[in-house]
Amino acid sequence: MANKIPRIEAKAQEPSVRIKNFNEVSLGFSSEEAILEASRCIECKNPRCVPACPVNIQIPQFIKALKEGDVATAASIISQDSSLPAICGRVCPQEIQCEGACILGIKGEAVSIGKLERYTADKSREMGLKFTNRKEDNGHKVAIVGSGPAGLACATDLAKLGYQVTIFEALHEPGGVLQYGIPEFRLPKESVVKEEIDNLRELGVTIETNVIVGRTVTIDSLFENENFLAIFIGSGAGLPLFLGIPGENLNGVLSANEFLTRTNLMRAYDSQYETPVYVGEKVVVVGGGNVAMDAARSAKRLGAEVTILYRRTQKELPARIEEVHHAQEEGIEFKMLSSPIEIIGDERGWVKKVLSQKMELGEPDSSGRARPIPIAGSQFEVECNTVIVALGTSPNPLLASTTPGLKADGRNRIVADEWGVTARKGVFAGGDAVTGSATVILAMGAGRKAAVAIDNYIKNEL
Amino acid sequence: MAASAKPGQFLIVRVHDKGERIPLTICDYSKEKGTVTIVTQVVGASSRQIFHMEEGDSFSAFAGPLGQEAQFVKLPDSELKGKRYLFIAGGLGAAPVYPQVKYLHSKGVKIDVIVGAKSKELVIFEEEFRHLCDNLYIYTDDGSYGTKGLVTEGIKMLLDRGEKYDHAVAIGPMIMMKFVTLTTKPYNLPLTVSLNTLMVDGTGMCGACRVSIGGETKFACVDGPEFDAYLVNFDEAMSRQGMYKTLESEADHKCRIGLTK
Repeated sequence: MANKIPRIEAKAQEPSVRIKNFNEVSLGFSSEEAILEASRCIECKNPRCVPACPVNIQIPQFIKALKEGDVATAASIISQDSSLPAICGRVCPQEIQCEGACILGIKGEAVSIGKLERYTADKSREMGLKFTNRKEDNGHKVAIVGSGPAGLACATDLAKLGYQVTIFEALHEPGGVLQYGIPEFRLPKESVVKEEIDNLRELGVTIETNVIVGRTVTIDSLFENENFLAIFIGSGAGLPLFLGIPGENLNGVLSANEFLTRTNLMRAYDSQYETPVYVGEKVVVVGGGNVAMDAARSAKRLGAEVTILYRRTQKELPARIEEVHHAQEEGIEFKMLSSPIEIIGDERGWVKKVLSQKMELGEPDSSGRARPIPIAGSQFEVECNTVIVALGTSPNPLLASTTPGLKADGRNRIVADEWGVTARKGVFAGGDAVTGSATVILAMGAGRKAAVAIDNYIKNEL
Repeated sequence: MAASAKPGQFLIVRVHDKGERIPLTICDYSKEKGTVTIVTQVVGASSRQIFHMEEGDSFSAFAGPLGQEAQFVKLPDSELKGKRYLFIAGGLGAAPVYPQVKYLHSKGVKIDVIVGAKSKELVIFEEEFRHLCDNLYIYTDDGSYGTKGLVTEGIKMLLDRGEKYDHAVAIGPMIMMKFVTLTTKPYNLPLTVSLNTLMVDGTGMCGACRVSIGGETKFACVDGPEFDAYLVNFDEAMSRQGMYKTLESEADHKCRIGLTK
């Protein structure tokens, strides 16, 4: 039976304090809080949370161990299915996955599974626990393109099976979106991302940075010259989409990718680093996803007053609920049902305001969400010095265009089945490179499935 | 990188672990020696640091080649043979012009080169060009070497006296490429330019390098850096290039006074 304890909320930095720093917002559970929250789990015989997790972590089992204060066992249970628990505990949209399925959520509040996962991962790291068991080296080489969530998950599983895995990363730091996209205040780079990637290295995975597959080397050359037996493409969705409205190339208009890359990967918020980032006094962010929230909250921390323009309503915001709440607490202004139609500049070519119009919601569109329809005569202007466009991203066409036999669709997404099998023999793909921009955990799930497929493929070929 | 590099492509370097990623055009490469050559000039904090590097020092990141190769690299040799190209190199632009001239020379193309620079000591690659091209014309702003004047005067002089070229390529400061474009247009000479825009990652991720080409937004890093000159919106490109000017000089001398945009 469920006990009567209400869901424990993890402590967070006060909004007035955190908007002045880039430190992590959520402080996570203390041991007492974690044990108490764990005690709320009723250990369902047929748990609904496990199938709702894209990597099927044995959730009731790890929570049971936590109830007994046994972090080591909890961490070892999670490690069977996830190599990045400190990351997933922080960035998964739990409300539509495990916690969304939790039976306690029907009449009350779901167990805080994400925060418990984070607690387990953080605590086991503090305790110095490592889960780096791997089978004996089988001598077979597998290459992985991209060191984001899909590539890291695929690499972990293959390394554990005994493969010699090399990850090629185009940028100078591994991690993909975990490094360049998600901000420090949501996902600390040194203590979380770097640590989890270091665990991978301890499993024997080699990571080669500054290698652009498709340019520095090609898929063909990896097969022919470097004797890789199979290649997994987890190159993500890196190309930013723009609005396609007048004034978009004015100075001060930038993609969320550029803004976040400058602040996260290049650490522009830290004066010791040389890459500049410009935000004026007023910033407009266009979009309603996690990336829009990340951009808005980063701009706030750089001292700007921030307005988000989103063309649907709060209910349709694709961002995680926690991020929306945090953004609201931090004083980000949301203008819902608003869509920009022109960006207006000053005589020096810098943005000065955004001309927008109000929308109303109509019938559902192809995405299943209500279609926003412009309201005639509803135009309004928002003054600003910077416009950040966060409308999503599409995969980089480089790999598809330089790899004979690999197929991509009209939106540059690599065509692959649910196991990551592509049209080219020995080449597998998964994550955003296949689906277009989605989430960290879905990419990890795809990477893990591809690892199974690659293992089967290589065994069959030999 | 040396094994994959082709004329027209660029690379990204990062001098140290807290530095910027900066794009530099590949100037020469040797597959045998496994080397690539870059040429740079002090414009901001990072390029100043490159000048302070000594033999044996290394960059903290060195990635490439990036971007599309020059269009003529994709043409079959048979199509290049007997063709005549005019290259216009402004200042440091001589460095990226060099591998293109070298490549075309090896394919039996006839080449004329116009080099423009502020003064004699800023004329680079002169000897190399003399070996590879039929005619080399040098213009300096101050008249300290070659003819005093601008490269556009050289173009007019050649075209007005009836010289015929199949294609021209201009690489140099944005303002020079703009005026070269205005100069060659009445002569209907096909012209390619290489755009040295701002970049962060250089792989297509940020969009800082976006330019309007025939009214369409393109990324210089993945769609370029070379484009049909007559389709480029140079005024927008120049405005965008100056976006971080004040910030850049600030990073250089660590002064916060006078910071506007």
